[in-house]
Amino acid sequence: MNSTSDAPLLRVDRLRTVFTLPDGRDVAAADDVSLVVSAGETLGLVGESGSGKSVTALSILRLVMPPGRITQGEIIFDGRDLLTLDESELRAIRGRRIGFVFQEPMVALNPVYTIGQQIAETLTVHGLAHGRAARARAIEWLRAACVPDPERRAGEYPHQLSGGLRQRAMIALALCAEPSLVITDEPTTALDVTVQAEILDLLRELRASLGLALLLITHDLGVVAEMADRVAVMYGGRIVEEGPVADVFKTPAHPYTRGLLACLPGSADGRRLTAIAGTVPSLGQFPPGCAFAPRCVDRLPVCDTIPPGVTAPIGVESAGRSVRCYLHQPAAGGRG
Amino acid sequence: MTPLLQVSHLVKEFRRGGWLRSGGTVRAVDDISFDVRPGETFGLVGESGCGKTTTGRCILRLIEPTSGQVIFKGTDLAALNAGDLRRARRDLQIVFQDPYSSLNPRMRAGAIVEEPLIIHRIGTREERKARVAELFGLVGLDPAQISKFPHEFSGGQRQRIGLARALALNPSLIIADEPVSALDVSVQAQVVNLLQDLQARLGLTYLFIAHDLRLVRQVCDRVAVMYRGRIVESAPANELFTNPAHAYTQTLLSAVPRVDPADRTERIPFAHEAYQPMALREVAPDHFAAI
Repeated sequence: MNSTSDAPLLRVDRLRTVFTLPDGRDVAAADDVSLVVSAGETLGLVGESGSGKSVTALSILRLVMPPGRITQGEIIFDGRDLLTLDESELRAIRGRRIGFVFQEPMVALNPVYTIGQQIAETLTVHGLAHGRAARARAIEWLRAACVPDPERRAGEYPHQLSGGLRQRAMIALALCAEPSLVITDEPTTALDVTVQAEILDLLRELRASLGLALLLITHDLGVVAEMADRVAVMYGGRIVEEGPVADVFKTPAHPYTRGLLACLPGSADGRRLTAIAGTVPSLGQFPPGCAFAPRCVDRLPVCDTIPPGVTAPIGVESAGRSVRCYLHQPAAGGRG
Repeated sequence: MTPLLQVSHLVKEFRRGGWLRSGGTVRAVDDISFDVRPGETFGLVGESGCGKTTTGRCILRLIEPTSGQVIFKGTDLAALNAGDLRRARRDLQIVFQDPYSSLNPRMRAGAIVEEPLIIHRIGTREERKARVAELFGLVGLDPAQISKFPHEFSGGQRQRIGLARALALNPSLIIADEPVSALDVSVQAQVVNLLQDLQARLGLTYLFIAHDLRLVRQVCDRVAVMYRGRIVESAPANELFTNPAHAYTQTLLSAVPRVDPADRTERIPFAHEAYQPMALREVAPDHFAAI
């Protein structure tokens, strides 16, 4: 059931995930989201709180809970549309073909089982190993995740481990069934910078040795720059810019991407930072047009009407890139 | 120049273990000394558990230090009785990391900012109202929002409320403990710029406690790096970031992810097991390292 050489491993097409607010209104937390992850490739999905990046990840895994639901789109993984599968078919994919690592390993790991038991159970559930063999494999995976003294650690409970070790255990758990795609949602955000560097190194090594594809969700542009091949920038539920990470960060096409890069410490001379005015809109308060329009210094009258569609950027290296901005649409009064 | 704040040989020990067994003590802050000069931003950086937050709280005596001196404008805060300490704290305020939990959710924004004025019995009701409106303007909040509750504000706006409260008594020193790390990247820059504008306008001095090295480099004049309760290196910010002398500082700097591939450096590992505390010595003018 392996994908043929040309078809991407994962293709999300026009995904729309809505949440029903207490007042009865439906609002789209992820809207018209399309993205592609090829085998062995790393896509960075960046955005601030409320941008829709985590909802996109949960939608791919079909883990969106009511009052949220997927109302539109296709999620093609290895040739099959995950939106058409039933729960038992999904269970054979989740954890087995698609692994996931969450920000808070303390929440994702079961507090009443040892680390070793949890990895062994995953192997057993997916029919990969049983009994003593599963326990031995669990220790090997902890070793692969650079957990020191894995024989002893396998017998410990999540609360006995430090934050960095817990995240390593979480990675061992996510990889033990040898998935072809791993989704990581802010895998290093709760960690110290030196521990983050070690975890990123570990992900890099395992990605290379196992040929993994990675969907890396983060708010940290530095992490994306160091880890990803391509980047998709989300804002207000939509992907506003996408392309090879080096090109996008060197010549950002969307005013939001440009603003985000400019407001990083160290990117301006002197002490003041270049701030983006205003605040990130919360769910249900997205404006009718481009979600970024109220904060955008380059906004055109058309930006407040309906959200722009996806086009190739104008005036920058455009190979493999797309942007959702009227500035790049000549007919709308953009640069063209 | 006489320092505004002089911390010397500060120690804070916590008892280890629970109520069933006593496991001795752990030194969260282990004999640290530093000066903060008037008008500067002094950065205290380090990873979780290094003692930077405990240091900030010991200075204000929100936590009682075990030993050491905290000389603020010539007075040892660590030796003051409760009444004198309360008076001294008018001049020394703190802004907390989490704008969601550090504001009372049942109080309106205006009342939160007014509270320190009431506690210190400053002004008439009318004068206080005028002062609150002035403070709202100072931190860039619309005075029309005075009667809203904290949950009606965004994270960045909440941090502005916390700042207005800290400024209410006209302090000369503000301890800012991770003031922007809970905020979205695009909002962080606004609050950082506001802190710098207020410093220029009001002549404030900041003790800036943070883990984000990129931010510390941007805003601080001088920086001290903490590791396992001790200062392992201190220097003017530019000097520290360009010529780090201590192995731990070098590790810390090399671990920061860089957006620009040209800035990337080889990761430098640190041998935590082999670490031995050492005394600070001057390696360059105003640059001290425990090597």
